[in-house]
Amino acid sequence: MSNVKLSKIAFPNRNLGKRRAWILFPKFLFGKGFIGLATFFIIFTSYTFSKDIIVSPNTNISSIKQAIELSQNGDRIIIKKGYYKEHNIIIDKSIQLIGEDYPELDGEKIDDIIIIKSNNVYIKGIVVKNSGSSSMKDIAGVRFDNVKYCTIEDSRFYDNFFAVYLAGSSFCTVKYNIIKSNAQNETSSGNGIHLWKCENITIENNEISGHRDGIYFEFVTDSKIISNISRWNLRYGLHFMFSNGDTYEKNYFSNNGAGVAVMYTKDVSMIDNRFEDNWGPNAYGLLLKDISFSTIERNTFKKNTVGIYMEGGTSLNVNHNSFIENGWALKVLGDCTDDSIKYNNFIGNTFDVSTNSSISVNLFNGNYWDKYKGYDLNKDGIGDVSYRPVSMFSMIVEKTPETIFLLRSIIVDILDIAEKVAPVFIPETLVDNNPSIYEISNREQITNNPTGTASQQITGNK
Amino acid sequence: MKNNTVPEKVKIINKNSGEESNIISLYDTVEQAEPQNEIISIKGLKKSFDKNLILKGINVSFSKGTIAAVMGPNGSGKTTLLKCVLGLVRPEAGEITVNNINIKNNCEYRKFIGYMPQTPRFPENLKVKELIDMLKDVNGNECDYDEELLIKLNLQAIYNKPIGTLSAGTKQRVSGSLSFLFNREIIILDEPTAGLDPVSCEIMKEKIIKEKENGKLIIITSHIVSEVEALADRIVFLLEGNVHVNSTVDELKDRTDESNLNKAIAKIMVNHGS
Amino acid sequence: MAAKKILKYVIFDIMRSRLIITYTLLLLVLSFGIIYLGRDITKATVSLLNIVLLIVPLVSIIFGTIHFYNSQKFIEMLLALPIKRSNIFWAEYLGLAVSLSIGFVIGTGIPLLAYGASVTGVYLLLTGIFLSFIFSGFAFLSAVINKDKAKGIGLSLMIWFYLSILFDGLVLMISLFFNDYPLENVILVLTALNPIDLARVMILLKLDISALMGYTGATFEQFFGSMMGTIFSIGFLLMWITLPALGALRLFNKKNF
Repeated sequence: MSNVKLSKIAFPNRNLGKRRAWILFPKFLFGKGFIGLATFFIIFTSYTFSKDIIVSPNTNISSIKQAIELSQNGDRIIIKKGYYKEHNIIIDKSIQLIGEDYPELDGEKIDDIIIIKSNNVYIKGIVVKNSGSSSMKDIAGVRFDNVKYCTIEDSRFYDNFFAVYLAGSSFCTVKYNIIKSNAQNETSSGNGIHLWKCENITIENNEISGHRDGIYFEFVTDSKIISNISRWNLRYGLHFMFSNGDTYEKNYFSNNGAGVAVMYTKDVSMIDNRFEDNWGPNAYGLLLKDISFSTIERNTFKKNTVGIYMEGGTSLNVNHNSFIENGWALKVLGDCTDDSIKYNNFIGNTFDVSTNSSISVNLFNGNYWDKYKGYDLNKDGIGDVSYRPVSMFSMIVEKTPETIFLLRSIIVDILDIAEKVAPVFIPETLVDNNPSIYEISNREQITNNPTGTASQQITGNK
Repeated sequence: MKNNTVPEKVKIINKNSGEESNIISLYDTVEQAEPQNEIISIKGLKKSFDKNLILKGINVSFSKGTIAAVMGPNGSGKTTLLKCVLGLVRPEAGEITVNNINIKNNCEYRKFIGYMPQTPRFPENLKVKELIDMLKDVNGNECDYDEELLIKLNLQAIYNKPIGTLSAGTKQRVSGSLSFLFNREIIILDEPTAGLDPVSCEIMKEKIIKEKENGKLIIITSHIVSEVEALADRIVFLLEGNVHVNSTVDELKDRTDESNLNKAIAKIMVNHGS
Repeated sequence: MAAKKILKYVIFDIMRSRLIITYTLLLLVLSFGIIYLGRDITKATVSLLNIVLLIVPLVSIIFGTIHFYNSQKFIEMLLALPIKRSNIFWAEYLGLAVSLSIGFVIGTGIPLLAYGASVTGVYLLLTGIFLSFIFSGFAFLSAVINKDKAKGIGLSLMIWFYLSILFDGLVLMISLFFNDYPLENVILVLTALNPIDLARVMILLKLDISALMGYTGATFEQFFGSMMGTIFSIGFLLMWITLPALGALRLFNKKNF
């Protein structure tokens, strides 16, 4: 068969691969320890014994299932451009599935399309569409079923119930994928990238839209979510629960039904993300519920109804973020304690901070408030008069939401000024004693480009 | 027009006000305007301000080619009467026709009338020239302008001055000149010589007489009896909202047996008050 | 026809008066100052909104009232001409409203444009023009009602105070007092009853939409979330232009000069 021909062509590459692997060996060893070592051996072994199997329509091997049956651990299955109506493709060998020019796998809305049941599976460059949907079980485009060291990369997912589904898996990577669906309501739709009971997973540079939740984390630890774009999802751009020790950074979340929710978790780093245009009565840039010992740094919250909604937040560091043109930049509920809110910019928000309590045990310090009207006589860049970011009117609106209609009326201005002169209602302790006179340059560190990542490769498809 | 009904009305009103009617009524001898010359006719005109009846049913008419002086003590309703004719004041009852046009809900009839108010005030920021141009413009730029007074009163010299900077007398001169500018058939002048210097005063009087001879009706109000005596053909004397006297100057003198108009008028008022 | 001719001169007259020039210059200085000091254009827009809501109605109604009394003799002069009263009224009203609008657009529009136009800026100018027209109407109404100048100015001040401060205070009290009842529709109706509130809401829809969308309630959601809010505001603002002006016209037609 064509195996011989292909291996000949592949031979120099293989050599090159070996050489490169040897050079990189120390890096792997010291850089990532065991993972690196394991990866090295996987690559090494697969190059040694692998063969390529070509799948193409109108040939002897015209289905992927057929090709998997013919394959052994370490083989590569090359899927030529074409249209493959298949579902329940079970990958139970450590093989690679490589699509050429994005072959389309159409599940015809029946069931799961690909189920990975073996470790060390690598999938690249395919289109997965039309998985089944069900209210009984979570049907997915690609399911990672209790596996390790698997990767899916540079693939497209259209109109699946769940697109990528990882359960009980570890050391897996999902990157450079475009995931789109057209969810109509929350009950009949699934999540873009769904993780349940996983660890050490990397979700990187994906673009997800039109699902229920863009990315879903439940019981996922020590994982990373980096440089993804998640928008126009029905519920949350990122839904994050019971998942300790994770990091998400440089992501872009916008226009999601309810923003991003991080709940019942500790030790999360949220850095350099952008949260934009989440509008609605229950929409938040970032919803925090029962979060502790976490870091929220250098994020930008722009044009959300609520920038950060904090309920039961303990020992959080909210530093160097920028809150721009939100309805409420920060809603800090009375049960939040020991949080520090420092060196943030508050610019053009309707309300900077609101709370439902007259007591505050959180620290506000060194923030830039564009509404600050104090002076700086000694020119040290810190206002000489402290600033109270909670306005009288925001307390009134909290109590009687209809009064929002009186926003920016003269009577409200008068009330706010009166309250500032002689505070009665607003929390005494919620005060920034060192308000910055100048805008703090937080934003230069936001490097991710909302139109970058996988979307650069978007063609006319869908 | 039958005028013999009018004294009855007067009596009724006087009863209402609780006064004894003790008027030398001159109505019987009033010389009425000849119907063919009649240009303004006022019937049963009533007007009150703040429940004070100022005009209590005025019946009077004016004809072309006369100078009529409307006289009376302060607050007798002279200006109100003229303003009713001009449509500036809306009467409560009565009918006014000008050139046989009922003036109610009509504005066209005013193209027969030139008016000089008691105290002129023009848009302060316009220049005199602009004001004149504007009036010509608004009146549809007819060509037959009577600019005699503008020239004689030497107003061309101040054409480029804003009206706000002019003295009261100068404004009065402008106002007077403008009332003649459009060659109206009826000229109504409210205190035309008040505040004018003697020279201007004379020019004004000459103009009034000249225009009368041209067949126009000129109605003036004035307190200056000598001026009225010199100018007026007829006197309409208002007292407490009624036409008390409506006759020629000579007739009035005959009736009161006074050769001096001033005294004649004083006599009317004294008789009324006693 | 005649009205158009008079209009020309009325505008000419008002534009030359020192008051309107002072007003324009005052706005220019204020606007440039606010935008320059504010650095951020959004922040500046908020401050400019206060000018539009506070100063434009105040100046319009007071200047308009004074202007009417000052023009009384001029109006008398016009009334003696063969021109319909209503034409004279419209010329005077439009002359005032247009002049005030031009003064406002120059005084606020130039600084806004100089620092970059925005949709909110355009809406700001639009509401300013609306308010100039509405309060010119109120000015004439109050001047036509009162023969006495001092009384007229007094009434005008009261109208302004009521609409810009007192009214919202009452709405606030009602809202707080009837906290437990659904107030959505009540507040919408109340807003329609005050042109300054309508103008304010129109700007809010551009400036604070993120906050407004936080409200849970079907009517408000529809009001804020669609064009309905803007259409509602503009519709009622137009009504507010016509109502006081027509009222003033009615009285003007009956008035004795």
